[in-house]
Amino acid sequence: MPLDSKTPSGPLAQKWDKHKFDLKLVNPANKRKFDVIVVGSGLAGASAAASLAELGYAVKCFCFQDSPRRAHSIAAQGGINAAKNYQNDGDSIYRLFYDTIKGGDFRARESNVYRLAQVSVNIIDQCVAQGVPFAREYGGLLANRSFGGAQVSRTFYARGQTGQQLLLGAYQALCRQIGLGAVEMFPRTEMLDVVVIDGHAKGIVVRNLVTGEITCHAGDAVVLATGGYGNVFFLSTNAKGCNVSATWRAYKKGALFANPCYTQIHPTCIPVRGEHQSKLTLMSESLRNDGRVWVPRRREDCLKAPSAIPEADRDYYLERKYPSYGNLAPRDISSRAAKEVCDEGRGVGPGGLGVYLDFSDAIKRLGQNVVRERYGNLFEMYENITGENAYHVPMRIFPAVHYAMGGTWVDYNLMSTLPGLFVLGEANFSDHGANRLGASALMQGLADGYFVLPYTIGNYFASSKQAKPSSNHSEFKKCVENIRAQTNKLLSIKGKRTVTSLHRELGKLLWEKCGMSRNEAGLKAALLRIPELRDEFWKNVNVTGENGELNQNLEYAGRVADFMEFAELLCLDALHRRESCGGHFREEFQTAEGEALRDDEHFAYVAAWEYTGPNKAPVLHKEPLVYEEMHMSTRSYK
Amino acid sequence: MELTLKVWRQKSATATGSLETYEAKNILEDMSFLEMLDVVNEALISQGAEPIAFDSDCREGICGMCSLVINGIPHGGKRGTATCQLHMRNFKDGDTITIEPWRARAFPVVRDLITDRSAFDRIISAGGFISVNTGGAPDGNAIPVPKESAEKSMDAAACIGCGACVAVCKNASAMLFVAAKVSHLNLLPQGKAEKDHRVGNMVRQMDAEGFGNCTVTASCEAVCPKEISLSVIAKMNHDYALATLKLG
Repeated sequence: MPLDSKTPSGPLAQKWDKHKFDLKLVNPANKRKFDVIVVGSGLAGASAAASLAELGYAVKCFCFQDSPRRAHSIAAQGGINAAKNYQNDGDSIYRLFYDTIKGGDFRARESNVYRLAQVSVNIIDQCVAQGVPFAREYGGLLANRSFGGAQVSRTFYARGQTGQQLLLGAYQALCRQIGLGAVEMFPRTEMLDVVVIDGHAKGIVVRNLVTGEITCHAGDAVVLATGGYGNVFFLSTNAKGCNVSATWRAYKKGALFANPCYTQIHPTCIPVRGEHQSKLTLMSESLRNDGRVWVPRRREDCLKAPSAIPEADRDYYLERKYPSYGNLAPRDISSRAAKEVCDEGRGVGPGGLGVYLDFSDAIKRLGQNVVRERYGNLFEMYENITGENAYHVPMRIFPAVHYAMGGTWVDYNLMSTLPGLFVLGEANFSDHGANRLGASALMQGLADGYFVLPYTIGNYFASSKQAKPSSNHSEFKKCVENIRAQTNKLLSIKGKRTVTSLHRELGKLLWEKCGMSRNEAGLKAALLRIPELRDEFWKNVNVTGENGELNQNLEYAGRVADFMEFAELLCLDALHRRESCGGHFREEFQTAEGEALRDDEHFAYVAAWEYTGPNKAPVLHKEPLVYEEMHMSTRSYK
Repeated sequence: MELTLKVWRQKSATATGSLETYEAKNILEDMSFLEMLDVVNEALISQGAEPIAFDSDCREGICGMCSLVINGIPHGGKRGTATCQLHMRNFKDGDTITIEPWRARAFPVVRDLITDRSAFDRIISAGGFISVNTGGAPDGNAIPVPKESAEKSMDAAACIGCGACVAVCKNASAMLFVAAKVSHLNLLPQGKAEKDHRVGNMVRQMDAEGFGNCTVTASCEAVCPKEISLSVIAKMNHDYALATLKLG
């Protein structure tokens, strides 16, 4: 299968404009004849559903939560990037593009990233017009701050609740369309399969999570905006419900899955506190603007109270190793540096798995009130969880799984290798390469939904001229039967282990063998263990209750069943990529100073995996990464 | 610590519910309240019993999915804290804890501790937005917003739509929720153009959903996990009165 990225020709800066002109249009009066199915109601899904409905398409939107407003985009704290250059500090579309490509360790598609930087400015305008209450200066103009991996202030924010406010903006736009009858909303509904007819995605099969009823929905196109797969690690900063099922089931229907090994480990999370832990909590990266990261210089000081360790005995290791970026070094680098000092036995807190994030200098310089104004809600959250007051003692933080750069492979039009199936936001692989910079996820989700898909989906309708699908088609019936069979199987095993215990074991295995650093032996061991664990799941899981009712245990079992398969692809991808880049750190490939060692000669490509059947090895397809504008260089933040 | 739980169990919307007693063992003070319930559910599943159904998602206090009336108080009574951020260090060994769903006519029970809060979505669909289509927005800095307005608007916009305000109110009134959205949007210059229609449409939908009236007991403000101020209700009443005068 040749992977055609459909990147337009011409100079980088003109590609998107040229492409928009070349895209075929659907007559306004004809748009209502096209049914679009949108799965997911986060930033990407809600913005796409609202924008498509505004254009006149007939939209159905699905989410598993009780309201579209709950999607996990809501938890993003820090901010959203845009190349507005309001601060006059040298920002530009080109610089945002450059930072994002470099931040992604030269493993992202150049044309997509440039477009992202271009539309970033429109996103801010759109959100302001919707009433997103961004932070303001006294003159009434928009305020900015700097964020990890950037040397300009281009991040727009709404206190520590930027994701919430942006999502509420998109949710309100969606609700407006629901009120107008242009979008039909299906909350508490989970997608269980993509239906393919004549090689095109023509609908989905869903389960009503309240009644257990399984229904079919036909559409002229299917849009997946279902987020990332971080919960395969069991412990992550993702919401409990986040899962890989939609993109995984699409993968099994022919949509290639790209770069699953690129997972982001976020440096500033609250450390794990015990086996009971159900999820990890992120502390916004913006804290690194004013907090200083350190550990004791000597191991024997680790058990002392931080206030008892004098300045001279502290190692501000990020400032020492990366003087020009200091505490603002990108996420992958900061996370690895934290792991390194903890591996040296210099970690603090229970189990030695933590580093200090210290605000005492900022409080001295700015006063406690300013610090409270900037980060008050984060300090409160930290105190709720740990019982410690970070105004008096330094926070303790440790890296945790946070974001999935990998995802469904899509072309420049955001269409997967399954025609008619579009994938947006974190669910696709496209813009962040091997590492995502702070404040870029919100930007990408909204770019895809507001400003890319509404243009490209019309081109698909206008050029593919597919027959109108019917939900009575035999393919729908077949999918429903398969789903019923799987559900019955899950409910009939009645084994000895809970879904949670199996999920936790899988997550622990992945964190150890395919977490912050990976090596060949560990990955091979994981690849042996995962099928055993999957086997155990299908023989020994205990799923209570019935299908025809609200059954959270059954929902969860279905998601974990998919994680059990997906985990193998993740490790396989990590094993095959014999280089270190971004969030993928292979111990065999590092410089003498312990930095990631890329191999551009052999690995400058997107690894897109094709499903070939149960218990068969997936086939690797490569999309070469060709840089017309940028020169691949070694990332340095020193 | 060891606790005794009295938990509302109800098989479906139409079934009769009752309080059932469970023992929660090996609970650590570092656990969140929901992690404590996870432990109880793991034990129930292992015994082949039906786990307790409750809503949660982000578990960091922002998505608004979690609920629970704990010992009679929505979200458990720790100021500015949603249930998912309530930790067991706020309880003592040997405590008996009663756990119930939100109780309000407009929030029917779905199962056990889960209620249907879709009435809130319908109120937003009736007017809780600024009517602007994608594209064609002016430059972000073309609309200066005084810092004070932006801050006040943000205070109101912090609402997570959990419904605790309704659950605690003796009238099951949704005034704090609706007023928070009205204030968020009506305080901004962008929201001024349709502010009269917005407040009228939202209040009409609120009444149609069966929420009660406000008698200013301020219990909503006390339990709101985002500490939304009661003053937003005054702002809404003001805007509503003006809109009624203007639009009739």
